[in-house]
Formats: sequence, structure tokens, C-alpha cells
Amino acid sequence: MSKAVLVDITKCVGCGSCGVACKMWNNLEYRKESPMLGKDSKLDAENWTNIKLVETETGAEKQSIWRFVKNQCLHCEEPACVSACFSKALQKTKAGPVVYHANLCVGCRYCMIACPFDIPKYEWGKVIPRIRKCQMCPGRIKEGNSPACTEVCPTNALTFGEHKDLLKQARATINNDKKYVQHIFGEKEAGGTAWLYISDVPFKELGFRTDVTTQAVPHYTESIMHLTPAVGLTWGALLTGMYVYNRRRNTIANEENDNKKGK
Amino acid sequence: MAAKNWSFRMTPTRAVLMALAAIGGALMVYRLVVGLGPTTNLNDQWPWGMWIGFDVLTGVALAGGGYSTCLLVNVMGIKKFAPIARAALLTSLIGYLLVMVGLFLDIGRWFNFWRPFVSWGHTSILFEVFWCVSLYTTVQLLEFGEIATEKVGKRWHGIFKKILPVLLIVGVLLPTLHQSSLGSLYVIEVGKLYPLWWSLLLPIFFLMSSFFVGPAMVSLESLLSSRATGHKPEYNILQSLIKVAGYMMLVYLVLKIGDLFYRGAAGLVFAGNLEGNMFLLEMIAGIIIPLVICFTPKLRNSKAGLATFSVLVVAGVILNRMNVVFTGMSDYIGGSYFPSAIEWLVSIGLVAMGVLAYLFIVENFNIVPKEQHEAETDKETAAVKHTA
Repeated sequence: MSKAVLVDITKCVGCGSCGVACKMWNNLEYRKESPMLGKDSKLDAENWTNIKLVETETGAEKQSIWRFVKNQCLHCEEPACVSACFSKALQKTKAGPVVYHANLCVGCRYCMIACPFDIPKYEWGKVIPRIRKCQMCPGRIKEGNSPACTEVCPTNALTFGEHKDLLKQARATINNDKKYVQHIFGEKEAGGTAWLYISDVPFKELGFRTDVTTQAVPHYTESIMHLTPAVGLTWGALLTGMYVYNRRRNTIANEENDNKKGK
Repeated sequence: MAAKNWSFRMTPTRAVLMALAAIGGALMVYRLVVGLGPTTNLNDQWPWGMWIGFDVLTGVALAGGGYSTCLLVNVMGIKKFAPIARAALLTSLIGYLLVMVGLFLDIGRWFNFWRPFVSWGHTSILFEVFWCVSLYTTVQLLEFGEIATEKVGKRWHGIFKKILPVLLIVGVLLPTLHQSSLGSLYVIEVGKLYPLWWSLLLPIFFLMSSFFVGPAMVSLESLLSSRATGHKPEYNILQSLIKVAGYMMLVYLVLKIGDLFYRGAAGLVFAGNLEGNMFLLEMIAGIIIPLVICFTPKLRNSKAGLATFSVLVVAGVILNRMNVVFTGMSDYIGGSYFPSAIEWLVSIGLVAMGVLAYLFIVENFNIVPKEQHEAETDKETAAVKHTA
């Protein structure tokens, strides 16, 4: 039911087609000062995906190698941003994408604070800014197509499909080929994400956030939110009780004073 | 107070405050016209800055004197604290109104501010904060209605008197919920916020600190106003009030230490890095030294002791909020953020507006006990701290 994308980092040659497709499909601006491909590339309001060049070393001879890491929203199964949004401007769809509705957004930026992968970006230069991030092309998925970026990948580094199937495929790949690291990034991270990565270089070296909690982030706050009604009611009752008791005590004390004066 | 005679005496200090408020007001309009980018130093790494960290988080905490005094006086019936209750309410009300303005300026799509009232993102801590702060500000306005109708719209006074008990109880309940929720906001920063501050107990810590900073704020205000007016502050009241704060701080300290050991983060305290040192500063200057003062009768009963206690506790709570918002996040976020001139001037302008409003209301309504009232006009310095 839920869709996903598997990224095989060993297959990516850094051509940047996915980034171009993303810009074209989503009508995003090209900005010279903020490239979407290369060493200095990063996500921003107009870069919903970037392909980062990472130079690292491998093997006993410390041979220098290049890897390309495609970044974009990971579309968590239980997204922190969705749980953090107090006006439901971010919603998780059944098909998998986490979608933003600007008309509901207040612009508070709590989603940016909440996201464990720091994905949502803001239109700082605009008078009326929006939150910007990869939407996983929900319109295309609805029509039975794959997201724009996966559609154009010439090396099969990006595979679109059912979450279950892709997880199986990823497991098979890393088990059958010794070059892969025994880890599927996104299987457990932040409670599981729709985008899954496999790689032959440890994820930490590639700049992934490997220390992220494996519990779905919303669980932390929900455990507190669930307590709120009970705490509120108990505390309210307690306050009322104290108030009534003290008022009664005061009335009695006043009456006694009056009686004494009367004598 | 029979006739409707309004007064607002001009003094040089007040003229300066008015200028600051005017500059702040103009820049607020400017910010709404041109957006956040040109006016603030916020960026994708630091989406929350001074307006959230100081104007909102710290502002709400320092306005905690309103609900803690209300709890002591009206709910627990400790009548000896009654003379300060109205001043505490007024401070708190003005504080919350400023927080609302600060929030309004910080949200990018401000015309959408009402959305959460109809589009319920009820899983969000911010949803609870939003509702509680809005409702509580309304409740405080109504509570103030009881005071205001002594002078204007007198025929409504009876109604306000009647609903006051409900307002008072709701007015303690709501702040308890959202003061703690402001701490819960940062629970979602698991793994991002430095372990010295991140804890599942954050809501409890925020609640407790907002409670014990209340008496410190009230004392500070009384002391400053007494210096300006020569009127002797109610030392007995203040000394027992800060003892209430002291007990709460003691529990807070024990909980903090216990929590650090429970989460295995205690070793970080003496790591010698920025986070460790800031944490130590916050705990020693903001909690431990005040505690020593509070529970040493000779120190507590001296004017200097009382003043030192209040200043340290207030500074400690401000530092705590700053540490959560900035110090504790800087290692994870990287990059740098320092508020822009406009962020500063707007924040200062807001405080100036609050002080002016406080002065005007104290001069024209029955807020402080009669004998003190005569000298109210020189309360500027007191009120500056008061509404910060």
C-alpha cells in the first residue's frame, strides 16, 4: 500500500538528472549560488533534492573514492513534522508522501525544529513565506507514475515501489553482495522512512545522521500529550477543592469573629 | 477614584521609553511588510531565534508570577500575600500580551494565525501551548476586568465579581499546562538538544522554574519600587514568599541531579566544554547560591540578601531558557546566529511598551495597596524588570 524509494548509493554516478527532473516538475528556481549537485550542494527552499559529492577513502591502501548522496525528505512512516504541526499543514498520505498545505500553514517553523533530518526549509526572502521540501510527487503517484526523480534515473540507483517489496529487495542485495554495508538506512531510523538507502561505504562517512533515535519521534511527545487531559482534570479538581475549602474556612472564621464581637 | 480622571505624568525616563516603543512599533510594521529574511538573522539552520527564545519562552516564564501568586493567595488562601496579588496579575497580563505580539511577529504567515483554532493539529505540543496561552490571556483580561470595572463600566462590576472564582481557578490551571508544555516543545529535539538539557522531564522543569521565578520577580519589583519611592517594602511577605520559592527550588535541584544520573549524563557537567560550563553557571548561580541565601535566616532577612536572591533566580531562569534554545542546540546545528539590530530593537520596544502600559494602569487603577500608591509615578525602573 505504502510507496517507497530505494537508493543504491553504489549505482549513482552523480549525473544530476534527478535534481533536474525535480526542478522541472516542481517549478523550482535554479540558483547559481546554491547548486543542487556537488560538494557544496545543499537543500534549500528551491532545492528539494541535492546530490552531494562525498570524497572518502576505502580499503587497506586508503584509496580515494567518490560517492554521491541524494538528499531529500525521507517521508517518515510516523513523521515528526506532521505531529509537530499545530494546524495540520503537513499531512502523511496513505500512499506514503508527507505533503504540505500552504493554505493551512501559520509559518511557525516548528516542523523545521522537529524534523530529525532537518529537511523542511523556509522562504526567508519572501514576505509571505512557505515551508518547502520534497513532496514525493503525490500527484504522479496518484496517477500510477513514479516520482519525477526516480523516473529519470539512468543507472537504476533509484527504485520506486512498494515499501515492503523494496525492503526485501534491499535486504537481498546487501546479503548477496559482500561490498555492501550490513545496514539499510531508513529501515529503523526515526521509526522507519519511505526512502531507504543501501551503500558500500559506512553511512556515517557519507554524512548520514546515524545516531538518530530508532523510535518514531512523535512517540516521545505523544506520551506527554496523552497525560495532559488526566493531569488537567486532576489539577483542576484539586484547585477547585482547595478554593472551596479555603473560602468555607474563611467564612466560618469571619462568622466566629463576628460572634465574638457580638458578645 | 470616584471621577474618571485619567493621569499620565511625563518624566524623562518615560519619554525615552516612548521613543523606544515608537521605534519598536515602526519596525514591527516594517517586518510585517518586508518579511523575516530582511529583518532578522534567522536562517534554515536557526529557524527560531531571539523572538521565540527571549520574547516568548522567557517572557512566559517570567510572567509566571501571576499564576503562582494567584495559586497562593486565592486558591490556597494564604491571605498575607494578598497585597501583591493585583500587581502580579497585571505584570503577568502585560507579559502575556507582549508574548502574543512577539509570536505574531515571528510567524511568517501571520494572516493565518487563527488556523489552529479550526484546523486542529492536536498531536502537537504547540497546539496545546497555542490554546492555553490564548485562553489564559483572555482569562487574565477578564480578571483584569474586575479591577477595571471599579473605575470604568461600573455596572458590569457585579458580573465580573461573580465569575471571578471560575476565572481564578482556570487562571491557575491553564498556565500549569502551558508552562510545562513550553518545556515539552523541546522533547521532540531528542538527540539534537544537548543531553544536559534534553530530558523527558523538561515539562516538569519548565513548570517548576516558572513557579519559583514568580516570587523572585515580585520581590525584585517591590525592592526596586521601594528604592524609587522610599516606601518600605513588605519584607515579611517577601521573605516568606521567597521561602516558598526556595522549597520548590530544592525539589527542582534534587530532580535535576537525579535526572542527570538516571540518563547517564552527569559526567557531562564537568566536561569543561561550553555546554558543561553554561550548565554549571545556570545551576550554581541560578539555583545553589540562591538556595544558600534562602535558607540562611541572616541572609534571607537582609535587604541585600533578598535582592541578590531575586536577581540570581531571575537571571538563572533566563539563562536556562537561553541554554535550551541556543547553547544546547549550537553543537548539533552548527553555523551561527546572533540577533539582528531589528530583532533587538523590536524586543526592546516590546518591553518599553509593557512598562508604559504598566505605569499607566498602576497610576489609574487600584493595583497596589493605598499607602504605596502615592509614589507610584517613579516606578519606571521597577517596571522595566517587571515586564521584561
